Amino acid sequence: MSATTQQTLPPPARRRSRGAAGDTGFRVLAGTAALLVLILLGATAAAMFWGGLPALRAFGWHFFVGVEWDPVAKRFAALVPIYGTLVTSAIAMLIAVPVSFGIAVFLTEVAPTWVRGPVAAAIELLAGVPSIIYGMWGLFVFVPFMADYVDPFLDAALGPLPVIGALFSGPPMGIGMLTAGIILAIMVIPFVSAVMRDVFTLVPPSLRESAFALGATRWEVVRGVVLPYTRTAVVGGIFLGLGRALGETMAVTFVLGNAHDFSISLLAPGNSIAAAIANEFTEADSDIYRQSLIALGFLLFVVTFVVLAAAKLMLLRMARREGT
Amino acid sequence: MRFTRHLLALALGCALSVGTAQAQQITGAGSTFVYPVLSKWSADYARKTGVQVNYQSIGSGGGIAQIKAGTVDFGASDAPLKPADLTQAGLAQFPLVIGGVVPVVNLPGVKPGDLKLSGPVLADIFLGRIKEWNDPAIAKLNPALKLPAMHIGVVHRSDGSGTTFNFVNYLSKVSPQWKDRVGEGTSVSWPTGVGGKGNEGVAAYVERLKGSIGYVEYAYVIQNKMKWTMMENAAGKFVRPSAESFQAAAASADWAHAQDFYLVMTNAPGADAYPIAATVFILAYKQPKDPARAKTALDFFRYALQMGQETAKSLDYVPFPAPVVQQIEAYWHANIHAQ
Repeated sequence: MSATTQQTLPPPARRRSRGAAGDTGFRVLAGTAALLVLILLGATAAAMFWGGLPALRAFGWHFFVGVEWDPVAKRFAALVPIYGTLVTSAIAMLIAVPVSFGIAVFLTEVAPTWVRGPVAAAIELLAGVPSIIYGMWGLFVFVPFMADYVDPFLDAALGPLPVIGALFSGPPMGIGMLTAGIILAIMVIPFVSAVMRDVFTLVPPSLRESAFALGATRWEVVRGVVLPYTRTAVVGGIFLGLGRALGETMAVTFVLGNAHDFSISLLAPGNSIAAAIANEFTEADSDIYRQSLIALGFLLFVVTFVVLAAAKLMLLRMARREGT
Repeated sequence: MRFTRHLLALALGCALSVGTAQAQQITGAGSTFVYPVLSKWSADYARKTGVQVNYQSIGSGGGIAQIKAGTVDFGASDAPLKPADLTQAGLAQFPLVIGGVVPVVNLPGVKPGDLKLSGPVLADIFLGRIKEWNDPAIAKLNPALKLPAMHIGVVHRSDGSGTTFNFVNYLSKVSPQWKDRVGEGTSVSWPTGVGGKGNEGVAAYVERLKGSIGYVEYAYVIQNKMKWTMMENAAGKFVRPSAESFQAAAASADWAHAQDFYLVMTNAPGADAYPIAATVFILAYKQPKDPARAKTALDFFRYALQMGQETAKSLDYVPFPAPVVQQIEAYWHANIHAQ
């Protein structure tokens, strides 16, 4: 419709020609920038796949389901780091999503205006703390706390239970997947809550006030008006945080234990893909060792891609259901 | 982060090896263990002669890769290369300085040097076969100590390391089960325990975890006042880790008959020898592309071996005794074609 209006208007000749040239130039520049990212993405994936291919070939499907990681015998399988990556990220999201939601709701709906600025700034500052700091804080402060109080309590309270007991048994070292997951949650909360807060403030006041006028409580407004209005952006924010949790290296390696033993228990040390690569790459002294680590990198790439693709699909389905 | 350093070293190595012709600068890369003493030596040497030695501590494996790629003048490794590998790559190898790997513990009521361990018991602990501190095997070695019924937390390195190489090489020598199940290498498949990154990572874990045992470089033990253990040596005597016991190990090792100095000093036979003594090896080309640079490098190492002994001692490293230094210089003469 706008195209036809433009055609009927007689624009000034000089301006039009200059505008057209600028427009083309702009389109080329912007297109190149976008294309560059796609090329980089494709090249990275291809390079990692190519580098890891000899390992994937040598070990076959066993690489994904085996637990052995033996640099001496040169036999490698990736189940322990894959499991560690997924479990620590799952724990992180389990904690981070409700807390972030609480923070965002508090800042947009509950808190008096003079509190909102400082609290929001404090949370955003947390996002700027380097991950090594979280790792060292985790090791020196949080690990002893977990070892002395939380792990023994969980072991005593939940350890004897039939099914979930297996998740919470083992010697209380304070180092392990639960600790790593909690540290990751703390790191992810600023990102998720910042996105949620931003989109909650975008809800038109008229909608919110109408709901209040109908006698809705604060919770009903959040559930019935704010969340449906912002659902897609909220899910996007959650997956942004999940992406960060999956790839986090330094903080995790400090508190995870870096052990290639498979254990179902969350209190036991484990390994993650990113931590294994960071720890072992420099001293990977045989070709197959290095190729296995590159294959691990490719796996992390695939896992992250699958997670983000799932997020996009979820958003699409939601949008379709709402008919927008 | 270490990977970035690796790349940085590579870039720097390339830039420097192209840039200088008159060998006022030489470059090396490798072992992180030797870095403190090597950087002190190079600072002293630069003040005396104006020659700059740039050393990148990227790890032993990285050092070997760099010297094989020809991007540096020398590589440094905590584990020796086999003579066959050296010949294949056209490299010469000689030892530079001695250190030691020391088991450290965190046990309530146990002071540094209180606990005595033997090689087979240490291997069984790291195999996960001995799980409690009041195990009869440990109690037998320590009749005077009252050991708690506490779970043993094993701490090892999570990154590949020359420290690990020397430690597991020793365990392989004293324990057939270790040799069968785990073997030796700069990183191995640990049967049990948690992994800390670097000496500092292991030290931090051992300090945090009650009832834990780990292994770190000697200098780390001294500087952090960690609880070290007495070790039973091959002669059946309990020795403490010290400059004297490391030197006793070096003296009792048969360097004269080791081709290309291929010798791991663990489980040395001397009566006062510490059983897990370790050596840093330097790798250099036998037929260097630039003989002038090779000569500069050898001059620096001659200075380090002869004049740098006090510097090494002040940093808790142990220098080689004079007869071994003479053997090293004779080896240079015969093998490295420097100008």
